[in-house]
Amino acid sequence: MGLALLVVFAVIAFWVVAAYNSLISLKNQVANAWKQIDVQLKRRHDLIPNLINTVKGAMQFERDTLQAVVEARNKAVAVSAGGGPAGTSVAATAAAESQLTGALGRLFAVVEAYPDLKSTGNVAQLQEELTSTENKIAFARQLYNDTATTYNTRQRQFPTVLVAGLVGAAPAELWEITDGAERDNVNVDLSIGAPRPALGAAPAVPPSIAAPGANAATTAPVKPAT
Amino acid sequence: METTANLFAQQEANRRKSRWLVVGFVLFFAWLGFGGDWLLYEATRNAPANHYHHVVPWFGLLLSTIALVVVWWAWAMGPQSILWATGARQITGPANPAEQQLVNVVDEMAIASGIPRPSIYVIDDRDPNAFATGHDPSTSSIAVTTGLLAICNRDELQGVIGHEMGHVKNLDVRLMTLMAGLVGAVALMSNGLARTMFWNSGNRSSRDESERDLGPLFFVLLALYALSWILAPIITQMLAFGVSRDREYLADAMSAQFTRNPSALADALDKINRADIPSSVIKGGAAHLCIADPLGRSASEREGWLADRLASHPPMAVRIARLKAMAYQAQKQAGTPVGPA
Repeated sequence: MGLALLVVFAVIAFWVVAAYNSLISLKNQVANAWKQIDVQLKRRHDLIPNLINTVKGAMQFERDTLQAVVEARNKAVAVSAGGGPAGTSVAATAAAESQLTGALGRLFAVVEAYPDLKSTGNVAQLQEELTSTENKIAFARQLYNDTATTYNTRQRQFPTVLVAGLVGAAPAELWEITDGAERDNVNVDLSIGAPRPALGAAPAVPPSIAAPGANAATTAPVKPAT
Repeated sequence: METTANLFAQQEANRRKSRWLVVGFVLFFAWLGFGGDWLLYEATRNAPANHYHHVVPWFGLLLSTIALVVVWWAWAMGPQSILWATGARQITGPANPAEQQLVNVVDEMAIASGIPRPSIYVIDDRDPNAFATGHDPSTSSIAVTTGLLAICNRDELQGVIGHEMGHVKNLDVRLMTLMAGLVGAVALMSNGLARTMFWNSGNRSSRDESERDLGPLFFVLLALYALSWILAPIITQMLAFGVSRDREYLADAMSAQFTRNPSALADALDKINRADIPSSVIKGGAAHLCIADPLGRSASEREGWLADRLASHPPMAVRIARLKAMAYQAQKQAGTPVGPA
């Protein structure tokens, strides 16, 4: 009788340890995913002054657009200096960064009107770098949301929820799209090989899915049914 | 998420299969070796005293050692030798905008998939194709042909790279690189053996006074033994193809999950399918590592038990259809109007 009780106790103890460890592991993965985003955001902040300087000379009549980008960038830098994956900082960072994304999108749209500028090797390279950075931010955000969703689900599931208190597990905040304007994708074709077909020719694929920039593609991971 | 459950299951399956592949390979050669030893022992057991008696199983020990060396070589040198065989050159610093874009695309997929960035190689070949090789996510490589870079736009290239990262993440590369290395080594060995045996058969004069005592069982076993020598390369080839067909579907799904853009991969596969240029550079040994069959075999277009054994990839039409179904599902969930595909 005593032996059976001991075995049951041992099984429960092993399960508690396993559940605890899995929650800790997920918590660290969430923090790591956030750091990834941070790295890419900083990269974008650093690239923007370079872009502004390169286009400033040729785009004298677009001062408002350039100014909007600079202001959004400074605001985003200020927010990220005090940011972190807990509490409202995610929302603040999300808001600041989405504003910057919007401003950059408008700048790219305007650059289209200056074909000489676009054909300069420097600008093309910078655009590729910035697009790549936007994509990296989007993917880092996607990974963060996926990891955070897994973490949130796991800490609420029974019976892991019983151990969640021990770990100090708090639901991680997801990075959601706050600015509606961000969902309007600005389609800049940067393909080196075959050009991307014009949107009008492919009605089955809406812009928000066709171009995985920093936009609505990340709404998918928020739904736990995915 | 459904793909995550499949991912963990696939990783476990790949680890297990890699172990069993190594064990099975060494055991097979041990069987060949020690079987030959036993046959020789039977053959010389009743020989007169001053003739050779086969007692120590040299043959078995030799073959087992060879098998272990081959396994070590396939593990340690496999990825490099595959890359070398296709003439891939590594991109350390991008030389032109296309390569820069490729590097950026791989970086983005590395972030989306949560694994370290693999080494990037380019192959000068007009046939659009790509493959991944390596042991685990931290030591893997992805190679892309110039043909692929030329016909795909950024999103499609991202879909293809996402597919390859999927193979890296679920450890398909470990099993398939090991298999390619072993298949290559066995093919080499059997070629060498065939030449040696034909060369020696002419020298086999009448040494058979000592073999008169042998019964029919001996010859049956000898026949089986010779058969397994002939079949070994064929069996290894079939093993190589048998494991790789269905995992392409999982890699497609993982690409869709990383990029959230299954249509891009579907379009890329369509373009690769239409290109239909047989590869001059990627040989059969590395075929099952690629995103599409580089030799364009007809078995790849069929389904069924035999096609599962002989083909290296699933039918392209089915892959494209599945990806488009995923895109349709995503559009339905997003609530956007769906037009004709």
